[in-house]
Amino acid sequence: MKNHVFRPLFAVIGIVVLVLAARMFYVPKDFGIHERGYMYGWYRKSNEEDWKKIQVKYQGAEYCKDCHDKNYAGIKKSPHQNIQCENCHGPAIEHPSEPPKLTIDRSRQQCLRCHYPLPYPSSGRSKIKGIDPDKHNPDMECSMCHNPHHPNLEGMR
Amino acid sequence: MVHGEIWTVKELFVTPNEYIYWSVQIVMYPFMTGLVAGAFVLSSLYHVFGIKELKDIARFALVFSFALLFVAPMPIMLHLQHPFRGINVMMTSHFTSAIAAFGIVFFTYGAIVASELWFLYRRHFVVKALALQDKQDKTMREWAEYLLYCSLTLGVYDVSEESLHRDEKAIKVLAGIGIPVACFLHGYAGFIFGSVKANALWMTPLMPVIFIMSAIVSGIALCMLTYIVVMEYRKFMLKRARKRWETSLEEVKGAELHVVTMTAKYLVFFLIFAISLELLDLIFRGYTAVKSWDVLRTIIYERDFYDIFIMQYGIGNLIPLILFLTPGLTVRRAVLGVMLVLFGVFMMRWNVVIGGQAFSLTFAGFMHYHLPIIPHDWETFKEGLGGALTIFIMPFVLFYFIAKIFPVFTSKEAQ
Amino acid sequence: MITRRDFLKKTVTIAGVAVPLAAFSIIDPETLFAQVAAEKTKVRWAFLVDTYKCVGCGFCVKACKLENEVPYDANVTRTWVERYVLTKDGKLYADSPKGARDGYSSTKIDLGMGKFQDIKKDNIEKAYFVPKLCNQCENPPCVQVCPVGATYQAPDGVVLVDRSWCIGCGYCIMACPYGVRFFHPVYHTAEKCNFCYHRITKGMKTACVEACPFGARKIGNIKDPNDPVTKIIRTERVGVLKSEFGTKPQAFYIGLDEEVR
Repeated sequence: MKNHVFRPLFAVIGIVVLVLAARMFYVPKDFGIHERGYMYGWYRKSNEEDWKKIQVKYQGAEYCKDCHDKNYAGIKKSPHQNIQCENCHGPAIEHPSEPPKLTIDRSRQQCLRCHYPLPYPSSGRSKIKGIDPDKHNPDMECSMCHNPHHPNLEGMR
Repeated sequence: MVHGEIWTVKELFVTPNEYIYWSVQIVMYPFMTGLVAGAFVLSSLYHVFGIKELKDIARFALVFSFALLFVAPMPIMLHLQHPFRGINVMMTSHFTSAIAAFGIVFFTYGAIVASELWFLYRRHFVVKALALQDKQDKTMREWAEYLLYCSLTLGVYDVSEESLHRDEKAIKVLAGIGIPVACFLHGYAGFIFGSVKANALWMTPLMPVIFIMSAIVSGIALCMLTYIVVMEYRKFMLKRARKRWETSLEEVKGAELHVVTMTAKYLVFFLIFAISLELLDLIFRGYTAVKSWDVLRTIIYERDFYDIFIMQYGIGNLIPLILFLTPGLTVRRAVLGVMLVLFGVFMMRWNVVIGGQAFSLTFAGFMHYHLPIIPHDWETFKEGLGGALTIFIMPFVLFYFIAKIFPVFTSKEAQ
Repeated sequence: MITRRDFLKKTVTIAGVAVPLAAFSIIDPETLFAQVAAEKTKVRWAFLVDTYKCVGCGFCVKACKLENEVPYDANVTRTWVERYVLTKDGKLYADSPKGARDGYSSTKIDLGMGKFQDIKKDNIEKAYFVPKLCNQCENPPCVQVCPVGATYQAPDGVVLVDRSWCIGCGYCIMACPYGVRFFHPVYHTAEKCNFCYHRITKGMKTACVEACPFGARKIGNIKDPNDPVTKIIRTERVGVLKSEFGTKPQAFYIGLDEEVR
């Protein structure tokens, strides 16, 4: 045969066609070029919905207000008013159905996040009052004396 | 432990998510693709430019390039966190990414090498197929061989002078097209690094060119080494079996000095080119001294001084140059030279990949890479010394099997 | 004997049928960059960080980890806070222990490899905290280099990762100039801050914005001129990180010092 030279080429083209056919089954139908163009918008569109469906865990202080009104009202009048309940109590998720009880982080480490004094001029940190953890009641939880919902010295236990 | 944590040690100011993510397998990958490209270019030097002294090594280089081709994707498969999704690169290629070129370039290159091999060995397949066809009682193995050779003929049984002449022309065309494709194959690997603007060491337009040049160097060196080893081993084995005088005296010669000398000339040429480009890059960086220069200077001249100047430039480049340029080259000296060259090319990949991750994005911190030597789980094996060695021996293992179908030693059948 | 013309005709027909015409759209500049399409969207998320207000408490990091299911003890995080201390003798000391997951409760700077450097109060010239997170860049280099289209930019500007498609090559992680990406220790795919996409699309704030007691973090829609974040970005002096890379980051910083990396 005179044109045997092109046999390998036909074999290659055959393989390419097979790959393109396989592609029709393997690649999801909504995979393509979307709003941001080929460079930034080449993806499977339904993935956006996948991310939107993730469960929300932190509900925010307003979620806690209705049941825990006393603590809510108390903390809102104190210097801790801007600290979220969930910062110390963990994410509410679907509390009270799940989880039925939230933990309370009573560790010294929790309070030292802000109240370990760092002498940093030009940072808001230097304006927060702090203690030396090795000298100030080192083997007690802070909340033994200070009520986090009402941390003024008048509220000392 | 997160991925990369076990072999990374951070020093000074490094951001929390920074680890050495691209470890030894990413060093092996450009090393392997470089060998592929280099072996092919060597083979093409005979087929396209007709340099007759390279005829023996040309056939050998082509088959070896084919064996290497199957090995080249292996480091990637070992590196990927989801290796079975690797096919996504072909299915939904995002061509704004250099890595996406992998599918197309590799496939094209594979098609070229496979086609060239077909033309080279077509007559051998036809002869084998016809011989087995006539045989009456075929064993299982012989049936399998018969089917194999029949399919390898692609249905073409014409072995007339005219058809063989056409084969030669086709080989020439393919070898000619193949050279730029082989350059592209490794050039894109260099582009993968050179285009990452976030990495101060990697980003340079010279990267693709440096990679191509050192790839050709490594390919030539590996072919020379394997050629010498294989020819000498053959000579040794034939001498031992004194009774079997099937092969003529000429074919027992072992490694031919004139072949080695000729090939070494090309090796030296490309080696000098590669070194010049790398030194140019270094000089430019020092001269322009942009923001990243402080930390890069610390890496290049202090922390990685040994790896770069002693191992790569010294042992890997300077000593081989001396070995090859001193008059009176012997096969033994050439063996040492090519082994050191291969080591130098490997160190170049190492210094680029690992060196590029030796400093933090903050330019105020460093990361040490500790290659996992003794594996204690799959990850420390595949991304450690075990994985690297496995990849390194694979081409030889595959070559052994492939050479059974595509015999490389000049015999009357394969001519 | 087949002529060259016949051969070409046959090959092109076969190949042409196999390749979908839509593939050629990638060479159309408008489709490639789709500036026109992006201009039509009504929402474009932007972030505002006030480094004067940040005290390094780390509540944001803790909240982010729990909200986005990044394993708490893993040494990777979608957002973190860096501490910078500049001394009177002209030296910079900076660290980010566990990404500030546990806040900063020591004056000792973590130098890595078990070493620490205590800095005396009198030696401090200036010191501050810098929260960091994904900038959801307008020209995200991480999206550009993804070989399979697993990471992408949604029409509202947030850069997301498709966990079912990511092959785990790590190219996006290497391409990010800000170091915000990492491999998720469980899913083994690329991971990064996505502005709590599941929250902002429901009208909530991101976990870190909500958790921050000092108002150092804010998120808003830069296309809405009445958004308080937009007003600040437009009228006050703000900076961005590493603008020289041309990524056009959408996280803006008040009080961004020259020493910030």
